[in-house]
Formats: sequence, structure tokens, C-alpha cells
Amino acid sequence: MNALQATTYQDKSSGRIWKDKFIQGLVIFLSVVTISPIALIIYKLFVEGYKQISLGFIIENTPDTFAAMTAVANDERIPGGIANGLVGTLLMIVLASAIAIPVGVLTGIYLYENQGKMMANLIRNISDILQGVPSIVLGLISYLWIVKHVTMGFSALAGSVSLAIMMLPMIVRSTEETLKMIPITLKEAALALGAPYYKVILKVLIPTGYSGLLTGILLGISRILGETAPLMLTALGSSTINLDVTKPTSAVPLLIWEFYNDPNMIGLIWSSSLLLMAFVLTLNIVSKQFAAKRR
Amino acid sequence: MTQTIAEIKNPALSIRDLSIAYDKNYAVKNVTVDIKKNTVTAIMGPSGCGKSTLLRALNRMHELYENITTEGKVLLHEENIYDMSTIKLRRQMGMVFQRPNPFPTMSIFDNVIAGYKLNGNSLKKKEKDEIVERSLRDVALWDEVKDSLHKKGTFLSGGQQQRLCIARALAFGPEIILMDEPTSALDPIATSKVEDLLVKLKEHYTIILVTHNMSQAARISDYSLFMYLGELVEYGKTKNMFTNPKDPRTEQYLTGKFG
Repeated sequence: MNALQATTYQDKSSGRIWKDKFIQGLVIFLSVVTISPIALIIYKLFVEGYKQISLGFIIENTPDTFAAMTAVANDERIPGGIANGLVGTLLMIVLASAIAIPVGVLTGIYLYENQGKMMANLIRNISDILQGVPSIVLGLISYLWIVKHVTMGFSALAGSVSLAIMMLPMIVRSTEETLKMIPITLKEAALALGAPYYKVILKVLIPTGYSGLLTGILLGISRILGETAPLMLTALGSSTINLDVTKPTSAVPLLIWEFYNDPNMIGLIWSSSLLLMAFVLTLNIVSKQFAAKRR
Repeated sequence: MTQTIAEIKNPALSIRDLSIAYDKNYAVKNVTVDIKKNTVTAIMGPSGCGKSTLLRALNRMHELYENITTEGKVLLHEENIYDMSTIKLRRQMGMVFQRPNPFPTMSIFDNVIAGYKLNGNSLKKKEKDEIVERSLRDVALWDEVKDSLHKKGTFLSGGQQQRLCIARALAFGPEIILMDEPTSALDPIATSKVEDLLVKLKEHYTIILVTHNMSQAARISDYSLFMYLGELVEYGKTKNMFTNPKDPRTEQYLTGKFG
């Protein structure tokens, strides 16, 4: 009887070991499948793009089709760069941040202060829904509001507004979550010193949660950095550097789209994408560092 | 048996018929008491008896909670604190919390003068230095931290942090210091340092202390309030209360029958 039990036990155990190994292998395989696209993307961008990257690529404007065509025909490096796109992207990100950060942080503070109240729950849900709105729809909205009525034409401002709306929910959420992690006793300590409410927020809560807020903002920026669809309907694009917010402006992702549509400039796609990818990755890593520092 | 006050001449604080309710559940019921100047007054009682609520009502920190109703008066210099601005009131009533809570983004120096900073009072450098040194000397922390004033306050030990928080409360020159179980998060050595400090501080300040620890109340307080289920059961000199409690509930609590 005992011997019988022992054998059945052994049989089961060998089955389990096999199952265990199978699952382990599956997990490793799926992990490799998950990270392989990003590895392949970076590899492809680097191999195809690094030839074009030079100082000129960063400080020169986009070439015209003819110059590019000549260079391609002579098998030379395509002249010009994406300075107009870089400057436009920077301009719109600064403007979008200037709109989204104050509004987002204040909304986050409101949600934190009014936990469980109906109005706060409503705002939180709407903000979550906003996060799911397709970016092209935000572009359309900004087109209707800004392009048609404020700047009377495609403009950096319109692009910034659509990007700001995209950033907003991320900043709201990260502000609220960060503030929730600050011990309530710190707020009480400040209030017990007779500090007025706004000083408690500005001088105690925000400095204490600074790194958390920054993480949210950086992730928000890295999200809008590569947005193309809303900019097509708002900023349109420009072949020269433009600093006037009421005028059409270029952006790196817009340029990539333009390059794609121009057979002569297709060689510039890779280098522009590489640069964009490098920015996004850097921002992500920096914001992860901030988040890690907080713990 | 709630009327156990001895009317004291020129009290630091007079609490009159104070009742506080959360969502209509009374946490403090009809408390009337005078707090004597330059004493340590301990508020004792089992958990949930309303002692922390009573303490927080004295600088109106209880208003941070929702759905709270407050009835009655608390007179500070014959002025009802519920008619004062909280900013003015809290300048006269320092508060020290259960756990040390120095501001983590500020240096030791800035923590001490945080009250001025947060109220937007600009001080000259000399005034700041004087206030910081005086307050830190008052809490016997000066010698320990004078060389690291510009380091973050959170690097100090728990006991040092708590003394820093007391210094922060003293810096404003309040009359009354409210303490909510200030030593419950500290080890015995740090506790005895804070206790020694409280006995010294009563020369200049009136201290109201909530404590869970009866022997602490016996060691350092001059007057004791015993609360039970929101009522003030007994109030008197600590010595008398511990040796000869008048109310049977006080006696039961002090002898460890409940609490």
C-alpha cells in the first residue's frame, strides 16, 4: 500500500516538474517577445539613421526636394536638417506645459482636498475619459477653437492647446497621487503654525511632492513629444524656423510624416526618428530616476 | 459629575460648555474647565474618550475633519477662539504632534523659523539667527545641531526630531503649547529628555498634554483631567487625583480596571 502511494506520488511530481519547466520557459519566451520589438526598433533606427546625424542635421532647416533629389542621385548625404522641427517642437512643448501644468496641478490639488466628494469624483472621471480621447479628436477641437477663431489660421498656439489637453489628465492624476502619499501630519504641522492654506500648498505640499510632480510632468511631455495627428490639423508645418505662436510651425513628428511622403527625403526619416526616440527615452529614464529617488 | 472645575483666577484658557460632535456623535460633551497658567495639564482617559478631539479643538485643528459641529466657548484672554481667525489663534497656541513631523524639504534652521516663513513674515538675518538659537536652546538641542543647522531636519534621530518640532512651536513665542502624545513614538531615553524639557518649559509656557501613559502624567503634570466617553469626569491636582480620586471611574482607570 505504501509502495503504491509512493509511486503515484513520484509520477505526479515528475509531471509537476515538467509543468514547472514549461511555464518557466513560457515566461522567459514571452518576456523576450515583449522586449524584442523595442530592441529591433532601436537597432533599425540606429543602423539606418546614424549616417545622417551630424551637427548640420540639428542646426539646418529641411532641404527642398530638389536639393535632396540631387544628393540622392549623386549618392551623397542629403543636405539640411530638422532645426525647424526641433525648434517648433520645443516651442509647442513649452507653451503646452505653460498651459497644462498650472491647470493640472491645481486640479490635482482640488481632487486631493476633496476626496470622496461628488464634484471631485466627477472631475476625476472626466479627466480619465479625457485621457482616452483619440488625439486626432483633440486636434479637431483645437482646430475649431483656435485655428478658426483665435489665430485665424494654422498656428503653434493651436498645436500647443491640443497637446496641453493631452498632457492635462496625466498631470492631474500624478499630482493627486503624489499629494496622497504625503503624510497628513505635515499638512497639519503647517496649519498648526497658523499658515494660510495657500502657503501650506505652495511651501509645504508642493516642495515635498516635487519629485512626484516632476515625474508626472516629464511623462506628460514624453507622451506629447511624438504626437503627430493633432499637429497636422493645427500647427500644419513650416519649412523654416518659426517663433511666432500665431504662425504655422513645424515639429519633428510632422517632419517625419513629410519626409515619408517625399521619395527623395525618405533617407531623413530614420535619423529624425532616431533623434525623437532618443528624446523620449531620455525623458522616460530621467522621470524614472525622479520616481525612484522619491521612494 | 461633569462640573468638577475649580474656578481659577486669571486662567491661561477657559473652556466653557464645549461639545464637539462628528456626524452628530458627540466626542466631547459639555466640558467646562479652567487651565492654570504655567502648569503642565495632562488630559488622560481610555482610547476614544475624546481627549485628542478636545486638544485639537483648542487650536481649531479639529475643523479639518468633515461634518463637525462645535458648541460652547473657549476663552483666551476673554476672547472666544471660535470668533478669532485661526491664523491669530494658532500663533498663540503651538502644537506638537504624536509623531515627529519636521518639514522634510527644509533645513533644521528653516524648520525652526517655518512659522514665520509660512506666514510670510520676513525677518532680518540677525533676528532669524536669534530666534533659531533661542528656540533650539530652549529645547536643549542647540549643542547637538549647531554645526549642522543647514542640514535637513529629517536626518536627526526621532527624539531630536521631536525636540525640533517643539522648537518650531516655540519659535513663534506662543503662550500655550498643545501636545498630542508627544512621546508615544519615542524610545525611553528620548522620552525622558522630552519630559525633562516640558517641566522646564512650563516656566514660560502653559502646556496641555494628551497622554496615554499614566505614569507620564504622574511624573510631569501639575493638573490632570480625566475624560471618559467624552465627559470630563474629574479635574484636579495630579497628586490628589492619583492618591485620592473622587470619582469611582477615575479610580478604576488609574488602578488599571479599564483603559
